[in-house]
Amino acid sequence: MTTAGTNRIAGKGRLTPANTVRFTFDGKSYTGLEGDTLAAALIANDVHLVGRSFKYHRPRGILSAGPEEPSALVGVRRDAARQTPNIRATVQEIHDGLDAVSQNRWPSLAFDIGAVNDIGSPLFSAGFYYKTFMWPKVAWKHVYEPVIRNAAGLGTAPEEPDPDHYAGRYAHCDVLVIGGGAAGLSAALAAAESGAQVILCDEKPSFGGALWFEEEARLDGMDGYEWAQQTTDRLAVMDNVRVLSRTTAFGYYAQNFVGLVERVTDHLAAPEADMPRERLWQVRAKRVIIAAGAIERHMVFANNDRPGIMLAAAARTYLNHHGVAVGRKVGVYTANDSAYAAAIDLKKAGSDIPAIVDIRDNPDSVVVEEAKALGIRVLTGHAVTGAGGKLRVASMSVEPKNGGSAEVIPVDALLMSAGWTPSVHMFSQSRGKVAWDEESQRFLPGTYAQDCVSVGACNGTDGLAETVAEALDAGERAAKEARAKAKKSGVKIKTEGGGKWAGGMIGAGPGAGAGKVVKAFVDYQNDVTAKDIRLAVQEGMHSIEHVKRFTTNGMATDQGKLSNLHGLAIAAEALDRPIPKVGLTTFRPPYTPTTFGAIVNHARGKLFDPMRCTPMHASEEAAGAVFEDVGQWKRAWYYPRPGEDMHAAVNRECRTVREVAGMFDATTLGKIEVIGPDAAKFLDLLYTNPFMKLGVGKLRYGIMCREDGFIYDDGVVGRIAEDRFHVTTTTGGAPRVMNHMEDYLQTEFPDLKVWLTSTSEQWAVIAVQGPKSREIIAPFVEGIDLSSEAFPHMSMAEGKVCGVPARVFRMSFTGEAGFEINVPADYGRMVWDTLHEHGKPMGMCLYGTETMHVLRAEKGYIIVGQDTDGTVTPHDAGLSWAVGKKKTDFVGIRGLMRPDIVAKGRRQLVGLKVKDGRTVLEEGAQIVADPKQAVPMTMIGWVSSSYWSENCGRPIAMALVEDGFERMGDTLYVPMPDRVIEVEVTNTVFFDEEGGRLHG
Amino acid sequence: MADVQIARALPLAGMVHGGAEVTVSAAPAAYRISLRAGGPAVAALSKALGVTLPKKPGTSASAGSRHALWLGPDEWFVFDETADPAADCAKSKAAHSAVDISHRNTAILVSGPAAADVINAGCPRELSLEAFPVGACSRTVMGKIEIVLYRTGAEDFRVECWRSFSDYAFAFLADAARGL
Amino acid sequence: MLLIHCPYCEEERPELEFRHAGEAHIARPADIASISDEDFAQYFFYRDNPKGLTFERWRHIHGCARFFNAVRDTVSDKFVTTYKTGEPKPDLAEAANENKPQAKKGRGSK
Repeated sequence: MTTAGTNRIAGKGRLTPANTVRFTFDGKSYTGLEGDTLAAALIANDVHLVGRSFKYHRPRGILSAGPEEPSALVGVRRDAARQTPNIRATVQEIHDGLDAVSQNRWPSLAFDIGAVNDIGSPLFSAGFYYKTFMWPKVAWKHVYEPVIRNAAGLGTAPEEPDPDHYAGRYAHCDVLVIGGGAAGLSAALAAAESGAQVILCDEKPSFGGALWFEEEARLDGMDGYEWAQQTTDRLAVMDNVRVLSRTTAFGYYAQNFVGLVERVTDHLAAPEADMPRERLWQVRAKRVIIAAGAIERHMVFANNDRPGIMLAAAARTYLNHHGVAVGRKVGVYTANDSAYAAAIDLKKAGSDIPAIVDIRDNPDSVVVEEAKALGIRVLTGHAVTGAGGKLRVASMSVEPKNGGSAEVIPVDALLMSAGWTPSVHMFSQSRGKVAWDEESQRFLPGTYAQDCVSVGACNGTDGLAETVAEALDAGERAAKEARAKAKKSGVKIKTEGGGKWAGGMIGAGPGAGAGKVVKAFVDYQNDVTAKDIRLAVQEGMHSIEHVKRFTTNGMATDQGKLSNLHGLAIAAEALDRPIPKVGLTTFRPPYTPTTFGAIVNHARGKLFDPMRCTPMHASEEAAGAVFEDVGQWKRAWYYPRPGEDMHAAVNRECRTVREVAGMFDATTLGKIEVIGPDAAKFLDLLYTNPFMKLGVGKLRYGIMCREDGFIYDDGVVGRIAEDRFHVTTTTGGAPRVMNHMEDYLQTEFPDLKVWLTSTSEQWAVIAVQGPKSREIIAPFVEGIDLSSEAFPHMSMAEGKVCGVPARVFRMSFTGEAGFEINVPADYGRMVWDTLHEHGKPMGMCLYGTETMHVLRAEKGYIIVGQDTDGTVTPHDAGLSWAVGKKKTDFVGIRGLMRPDIVAKGRRQLVGLKVKDGRTVLEEGAQIVADPKQAVPMTMIGWVSSSYWSENCGRPIAMALVEDGFERMGDTLYVPMPDRVIEVEVTNTVFFDEEGGRLHG
Repeated sequence: MADVQIARALPLAGMVHGGAEVTVSAAPAAYRISLRAGGPAVAALSKALGVTLPKKPGTSASAGSRHALWLGPDEWFVFDETADPAADCAKSKAAHSAVDISHRNTAILVSGPAAADVINAGCPRELSLEAFPVGACSRTVMGKIEIVLYRTGAEDFRVECWRSFSDYAFAFLADAARGL
Repeated sequence: MLLIHCPYCEEERPELEFRHAGEAHIARPADIASISDEDFAQYFFYRDNPKGLTFERWRHIHGCARFFNAVRDTVSDKFVTTYKTGEPKPDLAEAANENKPQAKKGRGSK
């Protein structure tokens, strides 16, 4: 006996006794060995009870020794933020300080109040959620759901943000090998030695697969596990191979695109700060070799979930790899040969084997004889019909399978094997079609859909020699297919021994058959019993997909690994139909649970989404700007001074612009340079306005429609030269306008000689607006006569501002005389700061997007996307003047003639004057003609823009109202929850109706 | 813009993220143009620029400090740290569009044995020397942004992106360089 | 993530570089201003959305930026072929045959 647990067998296993590790489980401290999983270390310390089940809160132990584990789910905690629920104890490696807790129990694991669910279980039969809590509806939210969520469910999520770092990587290879057992290693070696670029992954900490427990297997004359380690080392040093351990292939997607998740630090006591906890690999492989192995099935009998009952091969792993005996008095219940090896190994290691119960009548093979020779009692044609004990298995009831008297045999562990299920998950995920193999009673890869191949146990290949031969051939072939210059690998591997994995049974065993009211679990994780599956069939679920959803069999993390075939066989029997006719549920990613951290990897925090800032951002920040999000952009929203709230700041900014001047960052507007001899012709086709006759140095406001005639975007277009235009778009519309224009240019008007280039970010745009704008910028402008005569409203010119090249637009989105100065972006901040410094003493303010919105609304200028909603034509928006009447073609010309567009009843953009002179309407509020009508009222429009206008001294609003142009002066109503607001319909220009200020 | 002597305020000026396996650093200022032209103009423009515009997809050509990258069948990205290519294009009479994008883009240099791995943290392209040799270039994606990727050496890449995305691009590459 | 062959870049590129752009071979009528309501509806509103082979447009937006056409099977999500804008519809029977890999049979389908 060593210090690392009472069940540790001296001289057994591959771990080093001196390398002890301290960890805790449910607050109690234990010692394990480096290389142990939590499950191995707990069993070594004779702890089999590790959790409570999902629905019935039944005591649960450790069923397996791998990722298929459905029962031993624990919470693992490093610190307050690093606590992960539902970790499989069979996967989690221990490290010093590991703190694990059992789940789904209260107040303690041994005494759990929720276990009354087990007694009341007739209430919780299959489909009970659907049937029980139907009524009353309100009870769902307040009674049923909270109670159910409290009682069912596994573990608790951490409440703090995940402090770990996750990484992602795209990788490409010739050959991806999934699984690193004898098959995967052989295939990888053959492919690698042929010269292919190879990625090999395996979910375990070290390679070997079944060689972890198959002690009798020998390759190249050495112990199988040792061969696996040497082969891994050989591969790892090759330049053309990437070896990934602790890496699960969890999803197989189109065109050999496979998702792998590598667990980098979970097994380390003190990971380096920079190491990612996990890394997501997205691998594109020319060929994929699936060497995923097989998963042992359990036997379905009453109380087959008692702690201490486990899969036979798992017990071999614990013994042969970890040096841990799972019990001292170990019963075995089997339907195939492979469980015998577990009995033999344990017997040789000193455990008592009271009996091997074999459901087969005449098993006849070397291992059976070997077991008998060791003096083990073998009961053929018998079945285990029940297990005694509650927190740990204490006995097994054994009966002749065709009936007879039962014998109760005391045991402290019970191993079972119903045979092996080939892991066709990855194959199935690749959209390959599985086929039922009647002879061996299993699903095997049938028709392939992608460039992959299955080898070894997942392909139904039984026996080590056959597996290695098949894998070598596949590896060499894949290399040749992926790489023309592949050479012959010359790899040869000699094999001896190794188990035969064929045979077994599927479905419920005797004692758990039809009509038996026992809990014989098919799916441990979801607490689905054989009876539940029969009930589902009885209640009309005839498709396996329905049975699955009704019972939850194979759902959650199990994904059918253990439960699938048993569930199918029981359903097939109940339906009296052959298995292939009942069908197999589809395997979907992920193969095992995958963290959100891995999937998201780098895309969190600052990298969740790009945050775009203009070149003047830092200056705006220094000036006290409050920013708003406009798509990915951060835009200065308003600039509060000490003591000002948003309202006060915006009122001041609005006043200042109209009385003196204001400066605004308009950089985010989209910009497109349109160049070529047909540039004007192209713009003429893309905008509703005419552009052929726009003079050089002139600007024009343009509206862009889709073919349906609805407004798509708007902006100002400047003609720099005969063949060169500077087009602006809305901030949000920049990418889609570019795409829309490219689409027409490339596919509808390819003969036009025009090129489009996005210059959105080439230019920083500084708008200086207001009566003093000219005075403020003039000292810094070179080469442009800014006088109104030489440079009237809607003109543009190239020159210099603050010594750098600039395009100056005389234009206005405020209704004031104003300029928009475009300078190369890297100079933007310098120009901004210079103008600010100069303008500030003259009374100029900085203003943000809120003031911009108010000022433009005072003038009735629309914002596409706010005052339009994708169903508004230029006519509806009151912009008929911008539609070229003489044009014979433009995008939208035909759409604007559609009967519905020219009919009465269109919603048209009007102004609204609130009668009380005080109330600012809510944007989005609905408008009705008669507030006294019965609910539901007929809504005739909605408020699109609404602000307090300091300059008008009253609220202003725009709205889209049915036949609005004909309702001028009418009274309409805006019903709100607490009152009805009276409004008068007006035109949309609220300030300086004559527009004289523009030209000042 | 060649005559402007005022210093440019580059968005990533001076930023460096160093490590044993990879260095991520801001590239110096450069002149850049987006050049568009049909087949017949290519020869004349090549002559004006002093570098032969490549016609093979995904390839580039260099002459001195000037680099011309094929981005599309009628599109090249030309950059030069010392002389403005726009001025040279202006001398050509051949029909074309040369637009100054010197300030639209900024560049990040990624160098070191792990350079390709770091870029592959967010770029789905195969970056083996076989698939993406020295001189290869392409518009592509990295994380959530568009980039132009240009391989300048076996272990050296230039990542061009739009100005306002450069903060994201740099942070992404620095994050990807952690814990290789 | 699919790989899509760009006919301009002359190689397969990851789907992330592309954007779908609707059904292909729907030409804007040259005399659009004078077509009937019915013809306009056919041109602008109606789409085939077939199960099986479909002609569609894609744009290599984060690559060469070109629009191009593709034939894709909406059932298998596989591309049969891609071709440049302006090129005629390919002969589907031929294209489908050329691109149909012989389905490999595994051990289970004896």
